[in-house]
Amino acid sequence: MTSSATGTEARITIAGLGKVYRSRKSEFEALRNIHLSIGKNEFLTLIGPSGCGKSTLLRVLAGLEDATSGTILIDGQPIGGPGADRGMVFQSYTLFPWLTVRENIEYGLKLNGVPTLERRRVSDRYLRLIRLEPFAKAYPKQLSGGMKQRVAIARALANKPKVLLMDEPFGALDAQTKQEMQQILLDVWEKEKTTVVFITHDIEEALFLSQRICVMGANPGRIISEHIVPLPAERTEETRLLPEFTAMKRDLAALLKH
Amino acid sequence: MKAAARRRPRLQIFKDIYPTTFTALAVSSFAVILAAWLLVSHLGLVDPVFLPKPQNVLAELIRQLGTGEYWRHIWISVFRVSAGFLLACAAGIPIGIFAGAFRAGSAVIEPPMEFIRYMPAVAFIPLIMVWVGIGEWAKILLIFIGCFFQVVLMVADITRRVNPDLLHVSYTLGASRWQSIETVLIPAIRPELVTMMRLILGWAWTYLVVAELIAVNSGLGYAIMKAQRFLNTEQIFVGIIVIGLLGLISDRMFALLHKRLFPWV
Repeated sequence: MTSSATGTEARITIAGLGKVYRSRKSEFEALRNIHLSIGKNEFLTLIGPSGCGKSTLLRVLAGLEDATSGTILIDGQPIGGPGADRGMVFQSYTLFPWLTVRENIEYGLKLNGVPTLERRRVSDRYLRLIRLEPFAKAYPKQLSGGMKQRVAIARALANKPKVLLMDEPFGALDAQTKQEMQQILLDVWEKEKTTVVFITHDIEEALFLSQRICVMGANPGRIISEHIVPLPAERTEETRLLPEFTAMKRDLAALLKH
Repeated sequence: MKAAARRRPRLQIFKDIYPTTFTALAVSSFAVILAAWLLVSHLGLVDPVFLPKPQNVLAELIRQLGTGEYWRHIWISVFRVSAGFLLACAAGIPIGIFAGAFRAGSAVIEPPMEFIRYMPAVAFIPLIMVWVGIGEWAKILLIFIGCFFQVVLMVADITRRVNPDLLHVSYTLGASRWQSIETVLIPAIRPELVTMMRLILGWAWTYLVVAELIAVNSGLGYAIMKAQRFLNTEQIFVGIIVIGLLGLISDRMFALLHKRLFPWV
């Protein structure tokens, strides 16, 4: 269970990872013995029913929660707490409401003391990538849900993270917007080539986006199976109609029924 | 039988009304109070010593505002309120943020504050006189005590309501703990801080009148007390109305400030 789909060198190496929530009265094993290696530039999706620990795994990867056992290495280095090398996009809208779209995108750069002109060059580039140039000066409250998530993606990527962690970022969007967002995300990933770990419970979304899919199960949270997605690298709306697509969709649905 | 076409009730919960309707209703609400006052005083239902006629109060108001002495009363009262209020905010806001941001801070700070909060500020007056005497500081300190504990507890509560994911995002963008306080927590609570200050300022005016019971010879509270001694009801009304107007002005200023500073809310 430690191969990476792209065959390149591993960016993330997870070994024997476990997470147990203990309270005085009870114990809950959220993750058990996770082994996973994710390659540079790989797009990996974790899929599973609610309560399978996929969000916990992502939060542990981000450093927002500590693992109970096991190790996580990024480029061979153990992680300690959250850091700028692992950007994250949440399901809930987390743009800073007091900053404009451009200021949101530049937030991480500003923390790092990147000079104004350079910041502006970077935010210009990402505003173009997420197709929101006319909204540079808008505040988040003026944006639709899809636009907010696009800015959140740009904000994470502008920081040049080694890994982009995405926790059901399109979960709250309507079907139409969701498909549009998936296309934009792939376009951006195509240009940026960062490592993406994406969480969803939508099988079609997982198939359309990723190169590899890990199916997780609950009680305790664990990886049940891994699947290389046998689809051409170039994904378009037609991809959703390919027989391989529908076949694998059926297989995964069967797996998730248990 | 009539088909029961259900009439939609005129007053709908939370439903917006036209701004002109709102203004008209607000104005007529004032008009009703004034009309009732006019009616009662002109019909002679109440002795003018208890309830003077509105036009007499207005005349008295104009007369008083024409004197330098009354402006000095206004000025010293505004100074006391501002000093006590600003000191309470300057000390209370950082402490409140600390208590709201850190669980340990909350444990150390909030229980004693909750305890002291229930002690009536007025009961501190004798103690204040022993501590700082009867000078300006006594009045400022009373207003400070009345506001400070409320400020701390309200700020702590406001801070705790910040969406934790906003902090998490800042961590994943490379923010240190201090940077996340500076660039996320504090900007996020600013609008509610202004709303809180607006509320507390109202309390400060209440404490002012109490504070000006302590051996004073200046201020609006003093002017009211002096008028009472001479059964000059018109002047009592003038004092109350002036305090009301000052409160209204400061309240509007805060509302305007809120709108100007936080277009993103």
